[in-house]
Amino acid sequence: MTEYRPTIGLEVHCELSTATKLFCGCPNEFGAEPNTNICPVCLGLPGSLPVLNATAVEFALRLAEALSFTVPERSIFARKNYFYPDMPKDYQVSQYEAPILTDGVLDVGGTTIRIERAHLEEDTGKSQHIGGGGRIHGADHSLIDYNRAGVPLMEIVSRPDITSAEQARGYATELRAVLLAIGVSDVKMEEGSMRVDANVSVRPVGDTGELGTKVEVKNMNSIRSLGRAIDHEIERQVAALESSERIVQETRHWDEADGTTHGMRNKEGSSDYRYFPEPDLLPVAPTEEQRAQVRDSRPELPAAKRARLVAEWGLAEHDARVLVDVPYLADYAQAAVATLSGGTPKDVANWCTGEVLAYLNESGLSPEVLPLAPDGLAELVGLVADGTLSRSLAKDVLDEALREPKRPKQIIEERGLAQVSDEGELAAVIDAVIDANADTVESYRSGDDKARKKKRGFLMGEAMKATKGQGNPQLLNRLLDDRLA
Amino acid sequence: MSAPATDLVASVRSGTERARDVVEARLADIEARDPELHAFLLVLADDARVAADAVDAAVAVGDDPGPLAGVPVVLKDNLCVRGTPTTCGSRILDGWRPPYTATVVDRIKQAGGIVLGKTNLDEFAMGSSTENSAFGPTRNPHDPSRVPGGSSGGSAAAVAAGFGLLGLGSDTGGSIRQPAALCGVVGVKPTYGMVSRYGLVAFASSLDQIGPFATTVEDAARLLDVIAGPDPFDSTCIADAPPMLEPMLRDGVAGLRIGIVEELTDVDGVQPEVRAAVEAAAAALEAAGASVERVSVPSTVYGLSAYYLIAPAEASSNLARYDGVRYGLRVDAEDVATMNAATRAAGFGTEVKRRIMLGTYALSAGYYDAYYGQAQRIRTLIIRDLARVYESRDVLLSPTSPTVAFEVGAKTADPLSMYLSDVCTIPTNLAGHAAMSVPWGTGAASLPVGVQVLAPALGEAVMFRVAQALEEAAP
Repeated sequence: MTEYRPTIGLEVHCELSTATKLFCGCPNEFGAEPNTNICPVCLGLPGSLPVLNATAVEFALRLAEALSFTVPERSIFARKNYFYPDMPKDYQVSQYEAPILTDGVLDVGGTTIRIERAHLEEDTGKSQHIGGGGRIHGADHSLIDYNRAGVPLMEIVSRPDITSAEQARGYATELRAVLLAIGVSDVKMEEGSMRVDANVSVRPVGDTGELGTKVEVKNMNSIRSLGRAIDHEIERQVAALESSERIVQETRHWDEADGTTHGMRNKEGSSDYRYFPEPDLLPVAPTEEQRAQVRDSRPELPAAKRARLVAEWGLAEHDARVLVDVPYLADYAQAAVATLSGGTPKDVANWCTGEVLAYLNESGLSPEVLPLAPDGLAELVGLVADGTLSRSLAKDVLDEALREPKRPKQIIEERGLAQVSDEGELAAVIDAVIDANADTVESYRSGDDKARKKKRGFLMGEAMKATKGQGNPQLLNRLLDDRLA
Repeated sequence: MSAPATDLVASVRSGTERARDVVEARLADIEARDPELHAFLLVLADDARVAADAVDAAVAVGDDPGPLAGVPVVLKDNLCVRGTPTTCGSRILDGWRPPYTATVVDRIKQAGGIVLGKTNLDEFAMGSSTENSAFGPTRNPHDPSRVPGGSSGGSAAAVAAGFGLLGLGSDTGGSIRQPAALCGVVGVKPTYGMVSRYGLVAFASSLDQIGPFATTVEDAARLLDVIAGPDPFDSTCIADAPPMLEPMLRDGVAGLRIGIVEELTDVDGVQPEVRAAVEAAAAALEAAGASVERVSVPSTVYGLSAYYLIAPAEASSNLARYDGVRYGLRVDAEDVATMNAATRAAGFGTEVKRRIMLGTYALSAGYYDAYYGQAQRIRTLIIRDLARVYESRDVLLSPTSPTVAFEVGAKTADPLSMYLSDVCTIPTNLAGHAAMSVPWGTGAASLPVGVQVLAPALGEAVMFRVAQALEEAAP
């Protein structure tokens, strides 16, 4: 069987988190009542004209600094013409031949992935089809919400430098972390504020001629499904080539439920967008002053943050990566560390990459909306450090604190969970356990190492049980050893 | 013909004339004579009375209502006024009322001007006779069997008939200047970016510019001074406020260097009386101390061809939004695409459809470079040629229209002959320059003739001085 090498390019669309839309003063916010954030401009009413949001340009310049893009002297907006009910003007103002950024690079685990371009464009509205199972075909009628129309998008197009699904995930993860770090987007794939499309082709290993026919795969709503979709598409293409089928250049839709891609029906004549320069907007010509301003306020980028966490907190590279890759998790950890009164930053990081992250994955929540504020986590770490809680009790407390708006101390109080460290009280417990288990004590004393270990574990378990798990384990261990010696 | 607006403003400001009386007289006149001319699509009688009373009230308490105090102004019906139907002479905007007001209209109101009504036009400003209106043609006040020109024929006719003392039109390829010439009034196409387009329903965005109609050059300067200047809602506006024109009007033409454009004057299709008017106008300027010579701007002969690719291309995109989804006409059908098509088939007239098809074709993959791209190169060439001529000439002269007003129906069957009406005016739009039409006597059938004064970008001050001198010398 021939071996194949995949060639992958990614197109990332992200919604920019500017306060207002790209060409008007309407609020750019998610989840407002339908058709409340609209005006003559974003509705494309006759006679209205677009005025470019300067912050969107500034955001592009931030990306330029972060990913070493070239900023051309002038970029121009162009109209992409096609009829679409969600699009108020029946053209989209985008950039075509002269994008605002060209030739950037992103380091993905030591490999440089080249980025061809990044450009600004406006988003469309959103339809809802009533009747007919929610699909436009067979619907009774459709409702359109234009709140999203005119929201600024940045499209970032990589070169076909990616060679595996894993690397594609790495690219998307790192790019997401960068976009977040420079504060231009909240990059939530589930809410659609970041969308990733993949161009995938395969060709036999060693074949250095033309690339294989490329297929565009859309509709992945998480970085995990991006990886699954690419893996599936590679397999599909290889299987097709192995059975001497031709790959058709097309757009395929990823189906999360059945784990396959489906060809989308080819929209008739939709490929000729009749682009031409948007006459209602002047060319964009960022000044050196604007660029310098952005350069001076450049935030810490993910790679630098990872290095700092490794150096300052003593984290393993892997843990630093997890903290930085999960949106807002490193910020959360840093905020906790800032209020730490006992324990170490590494303790904080361990809780964050362990229990906290597990709960984030389970709940789909983002760290900044967790009921447990960062200083609550710091409190928990302090309680473990000063011996008030054992680690296993702390886990129970955290489990509740992540779900309920309660401070760890409050939970401990309510449940009477504080660790018992009174030596006299614990000594009495040990005495009682020894007396009640004379047989076990006897077996311990006569047994070999293995038997001793087992018997000792049993006695310790009995002691913990007697203290309802709240006995200070270090103290209990010492007291038990004293009595067994 | 009524007194100039500048005189009326002086009377209203001093309290010797009431704005309300002026408005009532105009409304009565419109009621009597507009049924024959059909200059208006909508007369805003109640709004005009309210606005006039406000002007009179201001005067009564000693406030100055502004430089247009009490002047009745007519608006081409492609300018938006909040809550007022705006049709663009088309069925497709049936029932649409804009929720906002055009910047120019706001400025006129703030200056004390009284909006009298919305005037007829060729549908979406596409035409040269106002016969392409879905609501029937407008007639020329000088001879109702003839057209007023177009596309701003309604505003030109209304000002020529004395219904409004001032008017606004839009000029994409000559749509202010050509009807001004045919109706015997002053019409100005300002430098691209001098006047905000916010609230002007777009035809071809890179060419459209709003400008005044008036019966005198001074009145036109007064109105342009009011409407010109930067606007945060139009990013193609020139950032700096232009100098006021009115104070410089009578600075004379001594020492100015004038050129007559050969390619627009000495060619077939220009009526002899029209050419003679240009010659006579030039002679008058010479007599007033200017120097005159003939100049050649070779690329202007390609202007018409380039225009009929660029303007339809932009229009095909600008007019896409009339799809039946959000406002205006909707012809229901079984799915969205069919509804779009049925709505547009029913809502647009023949000329609009012709230009949408032309423009769509010119932008299509595989044709873009040969058509739209080539047209843009010609545009660059015209700008370069004109720049070279303006090194040695301050302003240029040519006919505004090759002919005087033609009979209603004479050119409707032959689009090409209609397009040729704009051959002299189009180069100015392609270059983004300024030009205006000034009445100069009469030609065939005793109909008005207009002489065009062309100036480089931001050359309005000199252009208006020349226009003023022409007005003073005109027969």
